[in-house]
Amino acid sequence: MSDRVEVLKTYKTYVGGNFPRTESGRYYKVYDGDDNILANACQCSRKDVRDAVVAARDAVEDWSSRSAYNRGQILYRIAEMLETRKAQFVDELETIGYKSKEAKAEVEAAVDRLIYYAGWSDKYQQVFGSINPVASSHFNFSMPEPMGVVNIWAPEESPLLGLVSVMAPVIVGGNSCIILASEKYPLSAVSFAEVLNSSDVPGGVVNILTGFRDELLEHMTTHMDVNAFFYTDTGISQEDRKQIDENGALNLKRVIRKPVEDWEAEDTQSPYFITDFQETKTTWHPVGF
Amino acid sequence: MADFTQTVPIDQVGIEERVARLNKRSIKKESKVQALKLALSMVDLTTLAGMDTPGKVRQLCQKAKEPYAGLPELPQVAAVCVYPNMVNVARKALRGTNINIASVATSFPSGMSTLESKLEETRRVVEDGADEVDMVISRGEFLKGNYEYVYDEIASVKEACGEAHLKVILETGELQTYENVRKASDLAMEAGADFIKTSTGKVKPAATQPVTLVMLEAIRDYFYETGRMVGMKPAGGIRKAKQAIQYLVLVRETLGTDWLTPDYFRFGASSLANDLLMQIVKQKTGVYQSADYFSND
Repeated sequence: MSDRVEVLKTYKTYVGGNFPRTESGRYYKVYDGDDNILANACQCSRKDVRDAVVAARDAVEDWSSRSAYNRGQILYRIAEMLETRKAQFVDELETIGYKSKEAKAEVEAAVDRLIYYAGWSDKYQQVFGSINPVASSHFNFSMPEPMGVVNIWAPEESPLLGLVSVMAPVIVGGNSCIILASEKYPLSAVSFAEVLNSSDVPGGVVNILTGFRDELLEHMTTHMDVNAFFYTDTGISQEDRKQIDENGALNLKRVIRKPVEDWEAEDTQSPYFITDFQETKTTWHPVGF
Repeated sequence: MADFTQTVPIDQVGIEERVARLNKRSIKKESKVQALKLALSMVDLTTLAGMDTPGKVRQLCQKAKEPYAGLPELPQVAAVCVYPNMVNVARKALRGTNINIASVATSFPSGMSTLESKLEETRRVVEDGADEVDMVISRGEFLKGNYEYVYDEIASVKEACGEAHLKVILETGELQTYENVRKASDLAMEAGADFIKTSTGKVKPAATQPVTLVMLEAIRDYFYETGRMVGMKPAGGIRKAKQAIQYLVLVRETLGTDWLTPDYFRFGASSLANDLLMQIVKQKTGVYQSADYFSND
């Protein structure tokens, strides 16, 4: 059977719990570490972003109303699924130039990061919520609540650990998100969608698109139904950053920029990544009547 | 009265393929804006829930008068559609406008009551100020083959309506076949309906495009036969602007432009209006909109 033809995977997008191709019918070439063509990835368009936002918006209500405990369980489940597919991800990282030790370290760090945020799921509200002293007969308390739909540019380098590190704090807080995968290394992101799809994450909570940042910048930052925009790359031009801020101002999107060089560093995981995508709600509850 | 025991055969595959083909029409840019505005002017803004209150109806009437404060030049909707006990409220809220008041009647949505009480209800809503009456047919009698009963019922309600326009709801979701839809359409038109309407919105499936096409063809054939133009109102399940435009294409291709006015075509819907508004604003600003910035009713 030496003349067997290898069956190659078609890399598609992940929207609303399904794996559709891009609506535009356009693809771009993805290369390995030695400039050989690895695969065609979807070059997503404005309409793919629109569809993903619809899916994410539909998912928010159910996801944000689940118990913190349940969201933690599901994040833990993603970690379990990733752990069992470690070999596949190590393989994929090696094809794009990782040394085998580095690849293993990146996948393991990604699993650990999921566990880290799973642990925070039922704690961040305790830590960041407060009971406030007021000078009237009210019980006054503040709680962080999810913002809604978050658009994310996954880090350009670190295609798996970076992706997990930007996704986990957003969804553990009850938000849904649309992630634009690393432009140069999008394949791990699409494979990671398969992990999400088999870990009880409701469809639409995480949506993963592939394509060009230049093309999608406008559409991902102007959409009025998106509540926050999150990016971490260090190399984004001043002009683009200005554009992102201006577009975000249209509906007062919260724009969070966290330039990170090394995703394995200890300070790239923090509960403050969760509260970046939370809105504080303060309640005045009358007492003493 | 025509012989309704005879069945007009409907080519199911043909109907569905024609709908699929027409749905491929691409309506863009200025034509899209025109279509969206036209669709907005054809909406019967509807609230038919057991928990309706006068406040909710007044809110809806406000929305009918001024769909979106940011664009005052937009057309108003065609009518507001409410339950009989809310007609008075709607009349006061809409005084001085051209917006019609439509009321469902005849024991909506089931139609399971006596003819006397249906006629009484019809007279009452017209007296209260309804310009349009949306009646339901007795589906049980129709499916039994008791066509004469259904015909007489529609004709008596039409008489009770007086000047008010009569829309006849066939409740196609309960009629089982396209042949029955066609037969009920023919029967309603012959009995005097000014509009035929697909559904109450309380039964699934509600309006579908194939059913609408069958009814539009019935309207066309009736027009060729008698010269009388009967209106069409798909209702229930039309939530997106894109669907609305697809319906307009069906009308244009089946009946021509004469029917593309609120006088002869309506959408029965509650959430469609907001989606139309969001798309109109999208076309104007180039930015996708959020339901957060459009009033709920």
